[in-house]
Amino acid sequence: MQEELFTSGRHIPHIDPSLEIWHWPIAVYLFLGGLAAGILFFAALFYVLGKDKDYPAAVKITSIIPPIALSLGLLALVYDLTHPLFTWQLYTTFRIESPMSWGAWVLLIVTPLSFLWTFSYYRESFGNIESKLNLFRRFKFLNTFEAFVIKNRINIAYALIPLSLILGVYTGILLSAFNARPLWNNAILGPLFLTSGLSTGAAAIILLSKSVQERHLFGRIDLGLIIVELALIVHMIMGYYAGSQVQLEAMELLVGGDFTLMFFGFVVLLGLLVPAILELIELIGYKVPVVVPALLVIIGGLIFRFVMIEAGQLTRYLY
Amino acid sequence: MRYAMVIDTLKCVGCSDCVVACQTENDVPHGYCRDWITETVNGSYPSVELELKSERCNHCDNAPCVRCCPTGASHIVEGGVVLVTANECIGCGACIESCPYDARYQHPDGYVDKCTFCHHRLEKGQLPACVSVCPTKCMYFGDLDNPNSEVSQLLKNRKYKTLAPEAGTNPHVFYLI
Repeated sequence: MQEELFTSGRHIPHIDPSLEIWHWPIAVYLFLGGLAAGILFFAALFYVLGKDKDYPAAVKITSIIPPIALSLGLLALVYDLTHPLFTWQLYTTFRIESPMSWGAWVLLIVTPLSFLWTFSYYRESFGNIESKLNLFRRFKFLNTFEAFVIKNRINIAYALIPLSLILGVYTGILLSAFNARPLWNNAILGPLFLTSGLSTGAAAIILLSKSVQERHLFGRIDLGLIIVELALIVHMIMGYYAGSQVQLEAMELLVGGDFTLMFFGFVVLLGLLVPAILELIELIGYKVPVVVPALLVIIGGLIFRFVMIEAGQLTRYLY
Repeated sequence: MRYAMVIDTLKCVGCSDCVVACQTENDVPHGYCRDWITETVNGSYPSVELELKSERCNHCDNAPCVRCCPTGASHIVEGGVVLVTANECIGCGACIESCPYDARYQHPDGYVDKCTFCHHRLEKGQLPACVSVCPTKCMYFGDLDNPNSEVSQLLKNRKYKTLAPEAGTNPHVFYLI
């Protein structure tokens, strides 16, 4: 038995008795970043495949989400900084070993690209908004700019495919790089967060799609991603189970500890298994309102980020 | 040149003089500390063992805080001392999350702060404040690269441990046991 006490009255805010440096904005950002990455990936992929006419929600309509999600996510990130006036310091250097540096630079490129992508479909897909705002009649240069962006759409799409994947993976790698937090410190978090992000992206496309054919395709894609995500979660638990003492203790938070209900009840059961079953039933031919599994996936993805952020900060090395 | 600190847990009485000296020397804000004392009880009654020790940033060779820092505010200077440049720090907390020793904290002004091995005193050839005040003389400070230095000799002749060596950080605060 070992019992350790701080005898010098150490009560550092946010660190003792447990670490609480990262709060809800980080979880919200990781969710929004993953969602935006998923939507941008599908939009760019189906555009490159020449399917933009067949799948308008994926390529055109849902693209309204990433610029908003990334802007809100960036605001949340800056809100969580304690020295925010120095945020520009991120862009005075590139640190290859720091996932956060990668993330900062990728966001700097992806966010404007996502705005350009939405802008290029603005008049085509959101004509009713334009008829009220009349932006193109008021600002003539928008016409030439739009023509330029549409001409370069294919280049933006080619750039967005790898960049959105990096964005999706980075939300997980960010956590797994911290070897001091045993719950986070495993290599599977990158692929897991990417899969979850792609899955929430597909769910958002299902929500906004009006064509049955498109919903079915993304239902199938989402189902595949959910199965991959479940497999990755099993691997993650196995990894903890085969790990050192600190990882066993980290696993106990999720399996039998404080976060069991949140993780297995809300993330695994309601966020993955139930939507997978509903999507399967729909594929067989029964009528299921597609809104239900799509919303469950999105909410499950959000809760997953909260669980990982909160639980991860409770785990540490003991010495 | 590789600075290291050696602390004799058999001589430490846990008086917290090192903590107060550090807070005074470095003007550490009220309620915060860069070093602290832990009291560890091992075993179960009646065969118990008490260990007192003064802990702080371990100035690791493989410092995860420096690796995770996105701006380069956390950096290693000559002698292996890990420092934070306040006006490069954005307060993202990545270094705090990555430190197995929870040795860093967010200063009320926003930037991240921690033990510097009293770098400003080292430059003048003085010992860190905590070492210089220790009433039981249980703390030693010196150059590990010099085989004749006091710290090198102690580590050669005595049994010692480091904290959480399994974290792979190669810490440079050593505890004699």
